[in-house]
Amino acid sequence: MPTRTTGETSGSSGVALDIDRRDLAWYVDKAVAGLVFVAGISAIIFIIGIFVFITREGIGFLTSAFDFKEFFGSPAWRPTSERKATYGALALIAGTASVTGLAMIVSVPFSLGAAIFIGEFATGKTREALKILVELLAAIPSVVWGFIGLSIMNPLIIETFDVPIGLNILNSGIILGLMAAPIMTTIAEDALKAVPDSYREAAEALGATRWQVTRRVVIPAAKNGLVAAVLLGVGRGFGETMAVLMASGHSVNMPTSVFDSVRALTATIAAELGETAMGSDHYRALFTLGILLFVVTFVINLTADLVVRGIRKR
Amino acid sequence: MVADAKVKVAVRDLTIRYGEDVALSDVSFDIHEHEIFGIIGPAGSGKTSFLRALNRMDEFTTGMAVDGRIVLDGHDVSEWRNLYSLRRRIGVVFPLPVGLPLSVYENVALAPRLAGVRKKSELDEVVERCLRRAALWDEVKDRLDSLGSLLSGGQQQRLTIARALSQDPDLLLLDEFSIAVDPVTTMRIEDVLKELREEVTIVLVTNLVQQARRLADRTAFFLTGELVEVAETEELFTGTVRDQRTRDYVEGRFG
Repeated sequence: MPTRTTGETSGSSGVALDIDRRDLAWYVDKAVAGLVFVAGISAIIFIIGIFVFITREGIGFLTSAFDFKEFFGSPAWRPTSERKATYGALALIAGTASVTGLAMIVSVPFSLGAAIFIGEFATGKTREALKILVELLAAIPSVVWGFIGLSIMNPLIIETFDVPIGLNILNSGIILGLMAAPIMTTIAEDALKAVPDSYREAAEALGATRWQVTRRVVIPAAKNGLVAAVLLGVGRGFGETMAVLMASGHSVNMPTSVFDSVRALTATIAAELGETAMGSDHYRALFTLGILLFVVTFVINLTADLVVRGIRKR
Repeated sequence: MVADAKVKVAVRDLTIRYGEDVALSDVSFDIHEHEIFGIIGPAGSGKTSFLRALNRMDEFTTGMAVDGRIVLDGHDVSEWRNLYSLRRRIGVVFPLPVGLPLSVYENVALAPRLAGVRKKSELDEVVERCLRRAALWDEVKDRLDSLGSLLSGGQQQRLTIARALSQDPDLLLLDEFSIAVDPVTTMRIEDVLKELREEVTIVLVTNLVQQARRLADRTAFFLTGELVEVAETEELFTGTVRDQRTRDYVEGRFG
């Protein structure tokens, strides 16, 4: 009997030891979990922080000098006028919208076509080479694109269309479209890749041609991802600053044709913020433009995200 | 089968390789018109590779090389310049049911649409006929517009069969169709196949030995890329003169 009791005791204490045992793997796991938690949370904190910051800077203008009708209804952006400063953002909104719109007309067919070629038609080495090239294109800095707009597109447009100035909606729309295309291509290609190969095989077994498979099966299945790709491209175009600043002509104008110079919301902030007195109406008005940009890009990205989530639920 | 049965598919010296690996080595046999031709054998014996070579799905599988001849209705399949018209004559049912992310109706109407049928009445007719043939009509007739991929596994597999029939194939290839299907549905599909024998030639690849015995008129036994033997099914299962490996396999000693 005594022997048995001893045996039981040592046995249970062995179990107890195991319960409390914390080895290196356990500590590493806890540490990594903590680290990635901080990293994950910080993204959210930064976004909220940015929003709080630009709202705080812009709120003074919104509550005092802000005139809703003037801001959204007047094209007169004259923040430095001696007699009476006006803050009509309509021309800037129209500038951004027209450039982004043209950019989408340029980039959507290009990038969806490129994505379909890479994802559905190209094989082996061609496919891999194209994917790398597209990703390389996406990494070209926007100032380089702006430079191309200034030095190559500008004289080209003047010569081709016989217009006095080549820095206009056409120029910046094309530049911005070319800039947004690689990103849209990459995302759209991911969406196509997410369509299971079994769908393609099943359709091919029915005697469908490559294009029929793409059109009847793959595109409908990848629809949400493709819409998201376009939306993210729009968001990219909307928020782009440097290339638009350099290629659009940067003059406050209600555009009537693609050959008009315009000024974009983003470019206005970039060009003027350094020269305003902190806390002045002008300074705060620029932050109000920032709020507008933030809200629009946020809505676009959120929509894109919801659209993509829609596909996952199904 | 009678000796003078018409040959539907003639396979001659067929070798299939994936790079260095040989999936099927120098096999020759005939598939007769209006028979269910069973192919049995353990995994990796080259059964699926044969089906892929038959409707030339190999052209999308990188590294798959086919040598030898597969003659369908007197024409070598490699001579079909319009690959798609070849595939339209051959219906395929894959191991795992693939309900395309389209409605039940569009799943079945896809092949006729691809072939250029536009008339709604014509499509309606094809859809109903094929779903009936696949013993699925009664279950889905009230929800033809819901997504095909939302049907249960067994229903999706019958949907796949309806889709394979929608192109009016004269050759139907089934690749281990019962892998993801419950036994009751399997029986229903087997009944469908027995009826279909009247109109189409069926190649049934299966790793259920008893399924081949129930359905197939003649059966081939593949083992690691080799055609061990091909014979009348009953002969294969009960005959006295046969390869020891076949005997071991059908009696469940390996595989």
